[in-house]
Amino acid sequence: MRVGFFVTCLVDLMRPSIGFAAIRLLESGGAQVYVPLTQTCCGQPAYNSGDRRDAIALARKVVEEFEGCDYLVAPSGSCSGMIRTHYHDLFVDEPAMLTRVQALAGRTYELTDFLVNVLKLASVPGRFDGTVTYHDSCAGLREMGVKSQPRALLAKVPGLSVKEMSEPETCCGFGGTFAIKFGEISTRLADNKCVDVERTAADAVVLGDLGCMLNIEGRLRRRGDLETRVLHVAEVLAGKDEP
Amino acid sequence: MQVASIHFKERAHDKLNDALLQKNLVKFKTKFVAARKNAIVELDDFEGTREAARAIRQRSLDDLDTWIEIFEANAAARGATVLFAQTPEEVNRLVLDIASRHGVRKIIKSKSMVSEESGLDHAIEGAGMTVVETDLGEYILQINDYEAPSHIIGPALHKSIDEVATLFASKHGTPRKDVIEDLCLEARGVLREHYLNADMGISGGNFFVAETGSVVVVTNECNATLATTIPKIHVAISGIEKIVPTLEDVATLMRLLPRSATGQSISNYVDICTGIKGQGEFHGAEHMYFILVDSGRSNVLGSDVREALQCIRCGACMNHCPVYQNIGGHAYGWVYPGPIGSILTPMYVGLENAPDLPQASTMCNQCGVVCPVKIPLPDLQRKLREREFREHLRPWTERAGLKAWAWLAQRPALYAFASRIGVRMLRRWGGADGRIRHLPFGKGWTMGRDMPAPAGRTFRDLYRERETTA
Repeated sequence: MRVGFFVTCLVDLMRPSIGFAAIRLLESGGAQVYVPLTQTCCGQPAYNSGDRRDAIALARKVVEEFEGCDYLVAPSGSCSGMIRTHYHDLFVDEPAMLTRVQALAGRTYELTDFLVNVLKLASVPGRFDGTVTYHDSCAGLREMGVKSQPRALLAKVPGLSVKEMSEPETCCGFGGTFAIKFGEISTRLADNKCVDVERTAADAVVLGDLGCMLNIEGRLRRRGDLETRVLHVAEVLAGKDEP
Repeated sequence: MQVASIHFKERAHDKLNDALLQKNLVKFKTKFVAARKNAIVELDDFEGTREAARAIRQRSLDDLDTWIEIFEANAAARGATVLFAQTPEEVNRLVLDIASRHGVRKIIKSKSMVSEESGLDHAIEGAGMTVVETDLGEYILQINDYEAPSHIIGPALHKSIDEVATLFASKHGTPRKDVIEDLCLEARGVLREHYLNADMGISGGNFFVAETGSVVVVTNECNATLATTIPKIHVAISGIEKIVPTLEDVATLMRLLPRSATGQSISNYVDICTGIKGQGEFHGAEHMYFILVDSGRSNVLGSDVREALQCIRCGACMNHCPVYQNIGGHAYGWVYPGPIGSILTPMYVGLENAPDLPQASTMCNQCGVVCPVKIPLPDLQRKLREREFREHLRPWTERAGLKAWAWLAQRPALYAFASRIGVRMLRRWGGADGRIRHLPFGKGWTMGRDMPAPAGRTFRDLYRERETTA
């Protein structure tokens, strides 16, 4: 099974360790991981900002890079959601491309969804001593149906217990360029999320999207919380080792 | 109503820093979200009902012209007059014409958001007549010097009991009352007299029913029942898109409307007004007028955001919107706030007058998930963003940033080079604790948050290294 790994631009630039953790998990489930090194961005920033032409160009690039794989997996509900649920909209006027896009969309997965529903991972290599709380990222939850999958996987991690926050499904306020265009509103939403996280007294908030991660971590630190860790679910599941 | 949507950011800033409003908003949010959640489980097949409702609304819009003709014929057959207003100004002119024809001096109104679009109350007062709002929320706003509504079904829900108590005591000249029931009774006492001596009643319309020529009005306070039956003249004002083919359709939509709005299985009152009072009948007006308002709706119908017209005005999208929940309705600057308002306002008043509204969304899609008629709200916001991009309605800096990113992302070799340098610089910028406290091109971010510094090397570089050494 040849799995194309779409690392996502944010993981690539900000937290490469998440990419390696994801690969370890995929390989532990028997996948043969393929990483096209020309990959950059899925095009979502352009798409959501109304720049359709650039979104189309980047979508085309992703399709060309990954359509030879059995699956495309990304450690992000947002980027995988872009490919699975929005790419077709970009090619409604281009039937030949649309067919290719739809074929790839059907094989595109968010990481935890893939680990649970395709690889059916029985155990995970990670270990975590402490309590975590899980934030459901919007696109993962509402576009990709990711809710039980990360929790099912976290339940397999020795030493880890989950304490739910009161509103795990409420947006953290990231929203891509929204976070910069409407910094004040975005910060308030992030602040609400931090309060909810802190009320659980969990050692870490765990989630599956880097945008939300940077947003929540950035706000926690600015609030003066230097303790609560902010971790990608792949890091927790894979445990720490190589880069 | 004056359009202030161009000042969205400044207004949002004020609202975020209004301590009293923030307290009121927390109360509002918890109440409505929980109420809807409890109410929708009463339906055996909520998702199926939603799909049916969407189909009804879509069918209504597909042949809107035909349904309007059928409605007009059936309403006329029952003695009502159907009028059409192309613009907000025409709404006011038609109402004033009707009033002057019948020698009207006092008008009572049940809630009509469409009449807020044209500032009808001011027009009526300008013509020397008295107008009294009878929906409790609208009444509160009216006696508070016509404060703007902040929500489409709870126009005054930005106010606390305390604020209303103070307002009533000062405007009514009565001893202050602090219990909700007492305040309601006081308003009822004031309004009762107006019902009895008004010459004309104006209502909104949740639905116009084509097969019967009826208007359906949904309320919780009985004020629409009184406003449409006691005065001799009833004028129902609503948008052309509110037409549905049959009463059966109304029954389906009514399974969702109150549940999505306030979490009620059914609203306290549902008035179905059909024709003028017939011989031997007790209720109904002697003269009945319908004003079907376009005011930009046919433009929406022919546009790529047409699905916005499916809206049945339940308010669920704003009740569940994290942005609305934190800034309230006034920040949006016009009649319709929240996610649906971010489509309708630019479409009705011009995108150039509300350029921030389609952008002021995290696209979390909570609105789309709760919408009872399945309007894909974030998709429609995106359509408007595309128009803004095409028509250069956003700041050039924003456009340049996006373009630069997209240009680079299409050139892998250059992207690899630039990102290698970029992450190294930012790593250094973040210092020993890896916290970037100030970003020159990302002030919006760092004004309230740190930017966690990148690890310093890209995944692609590390991966290539690993593969070549392995």
